[in-house]
Amino acid sequence: MSGPVTAVRHSGEFFAFCLDTLRGLGRRPVQVREFVQQAWFISSVSILPAALVSIPFGAVIALQLGSLVRQLGAQSFTGAASVLAVVREAGPIVTALVIAGAGGSAICADLGSRKIREELDAMQVLGIDPIHRLVVPRVLASMLVAVLLNGLVSVVGVTGGYAFNVVLQGGTPGAYLASFQALGQLPDLLVGEVKALLFGAAAALVAAYKGMTAKGGPKGVGDAVNQSVVITFMLLFALNFVVTAGYFQLVPQKGS
Amino acid sequence: MGVEVAVQGLTKSFGGQPVWSDITLTLPAGEISVLLGPSGTGKSVFLKTLVGLLRPDRGSIVIEGRDLPRLSERALYEVRKLFGVLFQDGALFGSMTIYDNVAFPLREHTRKTESQIRAVVTEKLDMVGLVGAERKLPGEISGGMRKRAGLARALVLDPQIILFDEPDSGLDPVRTAYLNQLIIDLNQRTEATFLIVTHDINTARTVPDNIGLIYHGHLAMFGPREMLLSSTEPVVRQFLNAQRIGPIGMAEEKDAEELEAEAQAGVELPPLPPIPLQLPPSDGMPRRAERPPGQWCRAHGVTPPPGSFEGRWADERPTVELATAERWEHGEVAR
Repeated sequence: MSGPVTAVRHSGEFFAFCLDTLRGLGRRPVQVREFVQQAWFISSVSILPAALVSIPFGAVIALQLGSLVRQLGAQSFTGAASVLAVVREAGPIVTALVIAGAGGSAICADLGSRKIREELDAMQVLGIDPIHRLVVPRVLASMLVAVLLNGLVSVVGVTGGYAFNVVLQGGTPGAYLASFQALGQLPDLLVGEVKALLFGAAAALVAAYKGMTAKGGPKGVGDAVNQSVVITFMLLFALNFVVTAGYFQLVPQKGS
Repeated sequence: MGVEVAVQGLTKSFGGQPVWSDITLTLPAGEISVLLGPSGTGKSVFLKTLVGLLRPDRGSIVIEGRDLPRLSERALYEVRKLFGVLFQDGALFGSMTIYDNVAFPLREHTRKTESQIRAVVTEKLDMVGLVGAERKLPGEISGGMRKRAGLARALVLDPQIILFDEPDSGLDPVRTAYLNQLIIDLNQRTEATFLIVTHDINTARTVPDNIGLIYHGHLAMFGPREMLLSSTEPVVRQFLNAQRIGPIGMAEEKDAEELEAEAQAGVELPPLPPIPLQLPPSDGMPRRAERPPGQWCRAHGVTPPPGSFEGRWADERPTVELATAERWEHGEVAR
């Protein structure tokens, strides 16, 4: 079959898979146990990397802005820029990358190996829908962890920026904190959380779809994990652009 | 009592390539059937189609008046509760212990208490001889044990139809013999309908009541065990007796030229080996679907090869030449 046709078919199948998952959300019984286990698992593999990535991120923003802002004599606004960058963009993106890289790859590998060991077939034959039993709890867990992780990344990122600005660049602690409100506003945080929620869902859906359609033995699982991470990254950046563009249209910005 | 599975005109292809087409057969209720075929003829695909994991292109599979390929996803999950399937490697859930694996269908589908579940699980594990391995993970036990654990899990909901995907692959001859005995005993005890997909000839010759042979994308023949074992149809004869001479070659099938050369060289087909006795249940009591040895041959005027049924073919009848016995009234001889 030719390339474009295959691509369209895969997109269609993925869309159908997402709809199946959506329908599975409302089905009883709710798989609480699986959800809790998955949420615990995803957070355990993603908290540390997320924190470690966000500290230097906050610091880098402070560093980038430091000299420029000093030349303009606007040092007291470093905090404002830092909050804006971390909460609006860096938070959701770092969250997304960590969720996709650590959580998504694990979900994909797990479901993929179940697929090639015929566990998923066995489950269907035992009268249990793997989408309801395995995929829905994973997607929900990933969404929850993404939202919580976004909070963590924001706090750690801003703290990192603060420490860098105050300790190394000789900034004024009070000015850094006071300028938080200059550019940032509450909807920034809310849209960050919405982004994280969407990214968490997208990462888990792509990973689960790729895992459940893995074929060709252990190598097939490896390929599926690889593809799922690459596809998720591309999808997340596109999604990020769309949400950000929509946000600027819908919510009035401070200082404009 | 098991249920009948009626397959009519079933056709399946992958990406334009037909796997098999127009398969028509009926798995009689409560009997053991074996589906044979050279490697890569889509036997496992047939099995997966039968439980609705794959949708056929055409044809029907009727179980208790319901046509599987036309059922909705939800209705399909209901019908699947009639099935127990033993997958090739057992398909156990790797993250659960053997006990949890076997208990899984009960926990998902029934409202049994843990103590009731324990009773059922222990009974099934005892049936397959796995008591004492409950706390082990699937990765910690041998392939044969995984298969038996998979069988225990397939049996736990008391299925009416039990499908085996190559139960003997990767097992040593002794374990295969034990597993075959287990299959016979299970059929005696549960009276479910059994279908075994395999390419092990010994299993095919001694275990089933019926044999089917898939070859070159179609069902070459399906019928009672004695019918196929006494058949002189070249494909059936070659496969069931593991011979090199015949239409099946190393690649999927031989060239017409090669076959012609073989015919011109006047290669004689070796004589049919004797038909062995069917494996009896271990407690000596007959199974409900069991038929006395030689019954089919007698009813259809076919003389089995000499030495068949270990001499229990006592009936002295005028010998019929095998060649004249090729046309039977029933039994589906393709082509």
